[in-house]
Amino acid sequence: MSKFKEKDVLLKIRDLKIEGYSDETWVPIIKGVDLTLHRGEVLGLIGESGAGKSTIGAAAMGYARDGTRISDGSIEFDGMELTTASESERRALRGSRIAYVAQSAAASFNPAHKIIDQHTEAPVHYRLRKRMEAQEDAMELYERLRLPNPTEIGFRYPHQVSGGQLQRAMTAMAMSCRPDLIIFDEPTTALDVTTQIEVLAAIRDIVNQFNTAAIYITHDLAVVAQMADTIKVLLRGEEVEEAATAEMLERPKEDYTKSLWAVRSFQRPQKSRPTDGSKPIISVKNVDAAYTGGPKILDDVSFDIHAGMTVAVVGESGSGKSTTARVITGLLPPSKGEVLFKGDPLPKKYTDRNRDQLRQAQMIYQMADTALNPKVRISEIIGRPAQFYSGLSGQALKQRVDELLDLIELDPARFYSRFPPELSGGQKQRIGIARALAAEPSFIICDEVTSALDQLVAEGILKLLDRLQRELGLAYMFITHDLATVRSIADEVVVMQRGKVVEQGPKDEMFTPPHHPYTDLLLSSVPEMDPNWLTTLLEERGVDNIGEAADV
Amino acid sequence: MGDILRLVGKRLGYGLITLLVVSILIFFAVELLPGDVAQAVLGQGATAETLAALRDRLGLDQPAIVRYFHWLIGAVQGDFGTSLVSGEKVSTAIAGRFVNTLFLASYAAAIAVPISILLGIVVALLRNTLFDRVANVLTLTSISSPEFFLGYILILYFAVKWQMFPAISSLSSDMSFVDLLHRSFLPALTLVLVVTAHMMRMTRAAIINLLASPYIEMARLKGAPPWKVIVKHALPNAWAPIINVVALNLAYLITGVVLVEVVFVYPGIGQLLVDSVQKRDFPIVQACCLIFAATFILLNLAADVGAILTNPRLRHPK
Repeated sequence: MSKFKEKDVLLKIRDLKIEGYSDETWVPIIKGVDLTLHRGEVLGLIGESGAGKSTIGAAAMGYARDGTRISDGSIEFDGMELTTASESERRALRGSRIAYVAQSAAASFNPAHKIIDQHTEAPVHYRLRKRMEAQEDAMELYERLRLPNPTEIGFRYPHQVSGGQLQRAMTAMAMSCRPDLIIFDEPTTALDVTTQIEVLAAIRDIVNQFNTAAIYITHDLAVVAQMADTIKVLLRGEEVEEAATAEMLERPKEDYTKSLWAVRSFQRPQKSRPTDGSKPIISVKNVDAAYTGGPKILDDVSFDIHAGMTVAVVGESGSGKSTTARVITGLLPPSKGEVLFKGDPLPKKYTDRNRDQLRQAQMIYQMADTALNPKVRISEIIGRPAQFYSGLSGQALKQRVDELLDLIELDPARFYSRFPPELSGGQKQRIGIARALAAEPSFIICDEVTSALDQLVAEGILKLLDRLQRELGLAYMFITHDLATVRSIADEVVVMQRGKVVEQGPKDEMFTPPHHPYTDLLLSSVPEMDPNWLTTLLEERGVDNIGEAADV
Repeated sequence: MGDILRLVGKRLGYGLITLLVVSILIFFAVELLPGDVAQAVLGQGATAETLAALRDRLGLDQPAIVRYFHWLIGAVQGDFGTSLVSGEKVSTAIAGRFVNTLFLASYAAAIAVPISILLGIVVALLRNTLFDRVANVLTLTSISSPEFFLGYILILYFAVKWQMFPAISSLSSDMSFVDLLHRSFLPALTLVLVVTAHMMRMTRAAIINLLASPYIEMARLKGAPPWKVIVKHALPNAWAPIINVVALNLAYLITGVVLVEVVFVYPGIGQLLVDSVQKRDFPIVQACCLIFAATFILLNLAADVGAILTNPRLRHPK
């Protein structure tokens, strides 16, 4: 803290209380949070979803999202009290002196306008620059942020630019008026690890170059460790603790913080393939696949999954992980190759498979929110597959649903007749698991099942999956881009890149060098808790190389 | 652009197929109308011989399928046959009337479309204020009242009490444009009142629907004032649904004018249709229905193309 002087205080939030409107009453979301930010300081705000991080970030701009209101406290920005200022006074700060970088650049750029037109909107509106000057400045910023073709890229529409590039363009846009403060709201959460590095490096550079203060909101500790001078931990709208980054990483005081730090420790012993010569449960053989009229998505993909084992399929988005899952389940018939179940070929299309073949491969999805019909009771969501595959009905069906709920550690009496929207994210994901189990499969595809969840909740899901595997002898195909998850639960790893399997083998071998260069890139891109990790990595790779890597 | 042309071509093809199906429906639906044409044309006093002679002349003794194909082949060449009542060619009987209907529709559209889109934007901006509620109540009232009722109310005030506009829109070809506008003002206003509510509410809904989008929040957090958020950031993404509802209402202006034309004795195609049904003048009824169907199909096609043209993802492919 000594690095910053009292007179350089830029933002001072005292006893901030924010309420949200739900069920026709105002309920507290933020319950009295203090925050002090100096010029040039980067403050990391971390916590689970629902902790109120983004709400505080918006409040720092004097902005209350629709359905929320700032009910008490003071927000003082550079001597100006935002809670009592008029709406137009507050609006005059936004974009010019306080800027915002959103989580999903793809959703936060207006699809109807060119990137550079959105970039120049604020400086032109505030009469800081003429339009042409603002455009030239944009190109300069694009260059600093190491975007390819900085003079041309701005004239494209958002959908014509990749996610990582858009995220950098959005950072450039935030810089367009050279603000004193930027709010980064989970700017890299939606990106692949390899792309994330590039964006992190770009953000850190530009914040340093202009000595901009920043509030960096994230749920990823390793990321915040690279970015922040100070870290503040939030839990359900209240501050848990705040300390300088190094201090916080080495000596967290509160139990909650310690539990966050410890999450990545879950690990189960690695299993190896059965030696009795039994056939694998699922075997993907030389599969090619493409969507109608499109280019080839999968190119000669082969791997085996043995009974009771977990095979993690890793790779960036677009590498063909989920497409492989669709081929296995028969949703996308392969153009070449076949899928074997215990040595026998499965019909290519799911419509040609019989009920027993269908039950064997079940799926659990990333977004439990959208994978569960919000208007259907839990009893029916789980009951239908039990009815369909096992022909249960009446009392026997109810008993089976209760059994399944017990299995996923949810109390049947409480959850039997509820609807999905009444459940938390973790509970919904458990229902997704129960639905898959209801078919009594021998093999389950888990498609990014933990990536939408907070770390503590995600750990609970992983433990549950592990227990179920031991009790029921299930085989898992675990699709993920999160290598920490792979470390904790996988037995074997398949690395995919651009529709091809670049490397596969037992986990311990995969995590020990020598690696395939792509595996190496993936592994080294996973942020580590060491605050110097990013700096060291950038030095090792050389600044110019990461640009290439990120544009893959 | 090549993609768009191909798409338009494809849609036109589908449109033609739809039109063919519609022509079958129209032809046989008209066949189902009760009564006998010959009897209707010649009246009660006709003898059996004259009836048979007329049926023979009209080809009514042939099976329906044969007559359908005769009619279809003629229609494709622009020959819809001759009117059973006046003996006039159907195409000449309809042409002038159709032009009048088009004029009335364009007149109403020229007022209604800009007003409703502008109003839609304003109420979206002032959503949940008194202005929004008043505008909603007024437009809903006008859409909920039957056209003939609105028409008579307008006649009562504008024509009878204040004598500003004529109650009957009799047009002739030697009138000046201003005269035409004046004469047909009341029917046009009635139509405006009927279609405005729908378009305005859809514009409002399409814009408000987008206000929860992250890019709208981004615009607000860049300091854009509320009107700019709506006009610059929401509206360009709301065109597709707006264009669709506009096309639907334009189609209604042409095909749904029957009542209004009758109320104001406006010499349009709707009146012609009503008269022809009464007189069992099938060739004219069939031609009118076919024109209505074609109008619907063309306007929907135009809406699809418009929606594509306003979508940057389709206009600027990767």
